[in-house]
Amino acid sequence: MTLAPETTDLKIQLLIDNSWFTVCDLNVLLPGRGVAALLPDGRQAAIFRDRAGTLYAIDNRDPFGGAAVLSRGLTGTHQGSPFVASPLLKQRFDLRSGQCLDDETVSVTVYEVRTAA
Amino acid sequence: MPATDGATPTIVLVGHGMVGQRFLEALADRGLTAAHRVVVLCEEPRPAYDRVALTSYFSGKTPEDLSMTDMEFIEKEGIELYVGDPAETIDREAKRVTARSGMVVDYDILVLATGSYPFVPPVPNKDAKGCFVYRTIEDLLAIEEYASTRTTGAVVGGGLLGLEAAGALKGLGLTSHIVEFAPRLMPVQVDDGGGAALLRTIQEMGLSVHTGVGTQEIVVDEDGAVTGMKLSDGSELATDLVVFSAGVRPRDQLARDCGLSVGERGGIAVDDQCRTVNDPHVFAIGECALASDGRVYGLVAPGYEQAETAAATIAADEAAFTGADLSTKLKLLGVDVASFGDAHGATADCLDVVYSDSRSGLYKKLVIGRDGTLLGGILVGDAEAYGTLKAFTGSVPPVSPESLVLPAGAGESVQLGPTALPDDAIICSCNNVRKGTIRGAVTEHNCTTVPEVKKCTKAGTTCGSCVKVLGQLVTAELEASGVVVDKGLCGCFSQTREELYEIVLALRINKYQDLLDRYGREDARGGDGCEICKPAVASIIASLAPTIGADVYVLDGEQATLQDTNDHFLANLQKNGSYSVVPRIPGGEITPEGLIVIGEIARDFGLYTKITGGQRIDMFGARVEQLPLIWTRLVDAGFESGHAYGKSLRTVKSCVGQTWCRYGVQDSVRMAIDLELRYRGLRSPHKLKSAVSGCARECAEAQSKDFGIIATSGGWNLYVGGNGGATPRHADLLAQDLNDAELIKLIDRFLMFYIRTADRLERTSTWLERIPGGLDHVRDVVVEDSLGICEELESLMTAHVAHYRDEWSDTINDPEKLARFVSFVNAPDTPDPVVGFVPERDQIKPDLPLLSIGLRPADDVLEGSAQR
Ligand code: SRM
Ligand SMILES: Cc1cc2nc3c(=O)[nH]c(=O)nc-3n(C[C@H](O)[C@H](O)[C@H](O)COP(=O)(O)OP(=O)(O)OC[C@H]3O[C@@H](n4cnc5c(N)ncnc54)[C@H](O)[C@@H]3O)c2cc1C
Ligand code: SF4
Ligand code: FES
Repeated sequence: MTLAPETTDLKIQLLIDNSWFTVCDLNVLLPGRGVAALLPDGRQAAIFRDRAGTLYAIDNRDPFGGAAVLSRGLTGTHQGSPFVASPLLKQRFDLRSGQCLDDETVSVTVYEVRTAA
Repeated sequence: MPATDGATPTIVLVGHGMVGQRFLEALADRGLTAAHRVVVLCEEPRPAYDRVALTSYFSGKTPEDLSMTDMEFIEKEGIELYVGDPAETIDREAKRVTARSGMVVDYDILVLATGSYPFVPPVPNKDAKGCFVYRTIEDLLAIEEYASTRTTGAVVGGGLLGLEAAGALKGLGLTSHIVEFAPRLMPVQVDDGGGAALLRTIQEMGLSVHTGVGTQEIVVDEDGAVTGMKLSDGSELATDLVVFSAGVRPRDQLARDCGLSVGERGGIAVDDQCRTVNDPHVFAIGECALASDGRVYGLVAPGYEQAETAAATIAADEAAFTGADLSTKLKLLGVDVASFGDAHGATADCLDVVYSDSRSGLYKKLVIGRDGTLLGGILVGDAEAYGTLKAFTGSVPPVSPESLVLPAGAGESVQLGPTALPDDAIICSCNNVRKGTIRGAVTEHNCTTVPEVKKCTKAGTTCGSCVKVLGQLVTAELEASGVVVDKGLCGCFSQTREELYEIVLALRINKYQDLLDRYGREDARGGDGCEICKPAVASIIASLAPTIGADVYVLDGEQATLQDTNDHFLANLQKNGSYSVVPRIPGGEITPEGLIVIGEIARDFGLYTKITGGQRIDMFGARVEQLPLIWTRLVDAGFESGHAYGKSLRTVKSCVGQTWCRYGVQDSVRMAIDLELRYRGLRSPHKLKSAVSGCARECAEAQSKDFGIIATSGGWNLYVGGNGGATPRHADLLAQDLNDAELIKLIDRFLMFYIRTADRLERTSTWLERIPGGLDHVRDVVVEDSLGICEELESLMTAHVAHYRDEWSDTINDPEKLARFVSFVNAPDTPDPVVGFVPERDQIKPDLPLLSIGLRPADDVLEGSAQR
């Protein structure tokens, strides 16, 4: 696995098993568009940045379709909550809680995320 | 031996047509099926079907689609239905019916619903090979088979059914004639003025109409097959096939034979309760009955009322049928024709208000009483106002009658909303449903959509002509009960897509955030928008890019964040997270070298290849990080993006055309290529498809496309609004015999007008059906330039064409964009392990770990299944 080239900017980190795992530079994230990160244990996270600069991270796997594509969905705000809509069949997931907004029995894992110098 | 056990009373129904079926439903509704043995004798080889919609068989409906009989219902209610076994005799003394099979059934109550038979005038050779009637599915099957090897057909009778039959013959590819004895078409429904408007329109469609002449003899050849007909003016009309449609007669023979009274001109005489006047145990309903007002009704709605009346009487409830309204609205050969109330002005002292425009085949007449009461009317060419006008019949409308018949846009015309109607106004005349009942369905039964209301009230389930008014009523009722029927694009914008387009164009707004913050709903401003408005606005910005100063490259700056995933990766997402790649192959024409390049790429990357339905090649199973490598090779070989992922021009299919085909009259391939190159990359509300056929044989299926072109010896015919897919629609002819320049100018205007005014995810077909004025309005705007915007539409298109760039070649030359084509931001060289494949038929297919596939309950499961 080759890691993305280092730059001087702020880094995005996820809390994985009680330690912060560095993913990429903050500036590669376009507000409103996600990226996927491969985690040390083989899982995948989808990381988003909204217009206000807030970061979110949830599991990348679409629990309905099975493909790892949530990072490629469109984001938005629904009644004040940030969400991403799966690009497969368009179910929406709350980015803060991982709850599916279109099926209350389904949710995805949420990761804690921060920026660090 | 009698088949009844004598314990439970038996109801026998003779005839399982539309009215018979409704009678069975009415019995079940009243719980009578539980308390009775119900036996049905059905003559036709299939249970009741929708005879009113018979002609739709020729537009693709199967006999199964036409069925009105739910076998589950028949079984659940314990009804004994004998198909293909007609009643032969009735013994009223013994209360016993004998069927053709020999089966004998004792009845307590007998209901005759035997309908009518088509009247065939007693002309010589009327039974020759090639003579038909038009009443049953079997008739249609026979006509279809016979017509397949003939070229000309004639219909005797220019009434409602005759016109339908003539349209069907034309649809079967025959040259069609209509021979009508009366001096005008549809003599019963319309007056001379209406008949003249109808005649003009029908002749323009290429049907020959002969009015004021009778048929004297059918001419046959030595084999006894039809070759023509002799007419009363001495002329002879050559034809291979004759359909008699000269009226219907009640089927009352069974009743006559058992001594029941029939009218002078036929029909089983019944009282207000639909009981025969001679025998309280026998009822007659539907077209075979002579009602107590002395009429035999040849329409389905009065028959339904009679069915309800008979069932209610059997249940000992009070009900009466004393007469019905003969209002009809039809779409005959695509022309709207409606008549209602006292259409012929028979009331003493009444006045006519007439609007007539022979140029466009419009004729509208209202009959008004001295006191201003609306008594009836006739509408030809545009029956938009029928639902409202009919409901106002018998009252003084709240606005002047003139304003109701003037066409939209002609000064004073008023659109009277159905909200102005009284609660007892009949909205659906087929099923006799009043406005109050429809409102009740919304307020009391909590129906919130038209389909729910249809199910709950039966309104709109027969001829469908009331569905539009039904929709308006449901919306109005929902609004009144506080449910806000919001026409806005989404939760972020209260404007429609069309309004947003106008704002973007007029104010040259080229940033989504700018639009959201200035024009979004109060609480959406400053936010992140949503997955509905972002792509919709992205599409508007892309359509107008050169004009509003945005970059034409859809991944530029903010635009990249607005695109659906397919547009963002310039490829189509597949179920396992891989992508498909579709290079453009204009007109479907490709060199051997091109084929080899595609073959080599597919082989080198292990892609699954398939010829698409759009005359090009799709390569499936590319991982996101492979896309730039694949496209580098495709671009090098001269290929461009095929926009299979975009709401934009897909393909312009072509037939081989004049160059090779012995029938071709123009070079369809060249035209298809020219068009595909002209409109490639054009972002629009939904995808755009086109095709060009080299002659009228239509091998390219142009009439199923958003814009389709068919070559003529004089140039090109342009068709618009066609659609394949889930709700197919044949395209309408917009203009004929155009030269190349005229054709392109018209398409430019048409497309830009569509892009400007359509809703998000609305194909041209739905758009054309939705916009007020429909095709005529579009023709006025893009052909006649009635709004004076054609110059602007053309210049918008010119700007698009001049600024087009291939987005894949832009992308592979932009390292910053290329960096996005990775599975993992922190491991750009690692492929997504979830994307796996297994072999299938010498190629690959996605291998997906099984997970329960749930569907989002909202409306967007199909790509583009926008609210219609
Ligand atoms: C690949 C192809 C099937 C094939 O293997 O032949 C195809 C594949 C898809 N079609 Fe199609 N359609 C394909 C030809 C057609 C045709 C035939 C034609 O174009 O002549 C039709 C009927 C004609 C029409 O559109 O009027 C067709 C009617 C649809 C519809 C229904 C549209 C409608 O108005 O009802 C959809 C759904 C939609 O767009 O809302 C659809 C949607 C789709 C989508 C985009 C569904 C999706 O979101 O995944 C499929 C994308 C597959 C992919 O990833 O590449 N596809 N689709 C064909 C690609 C043609 C091409 O070269 O671009
Ligand atoms: C092409 C076409 C278009 C039409 N369009 C319209 C329209 O737009 N609007 C409208 O209101 N009406 C329309 N009609 C008329 C409408 O179809 C009839 O009014 C309606 O079908 C009458 O229903 P019914 O049950 O009385 O008769 P039918 O539907 O004719 O049913 C009678 C049934 O009884 C059967 N039968 C007869 N004798 C026996 C027997 N001895 N034993 C057992 N079964 C027997 C017959 O085979 C038939 O199946 C149209 C009709 C046609 C043919
Ligand atoms: S549409 Fe006409 S010109 Fe084109 S291939 Fe078919 S028959 Fe030939
Ligand atoms: S008027 Fe025919 S279905 Fe309503």
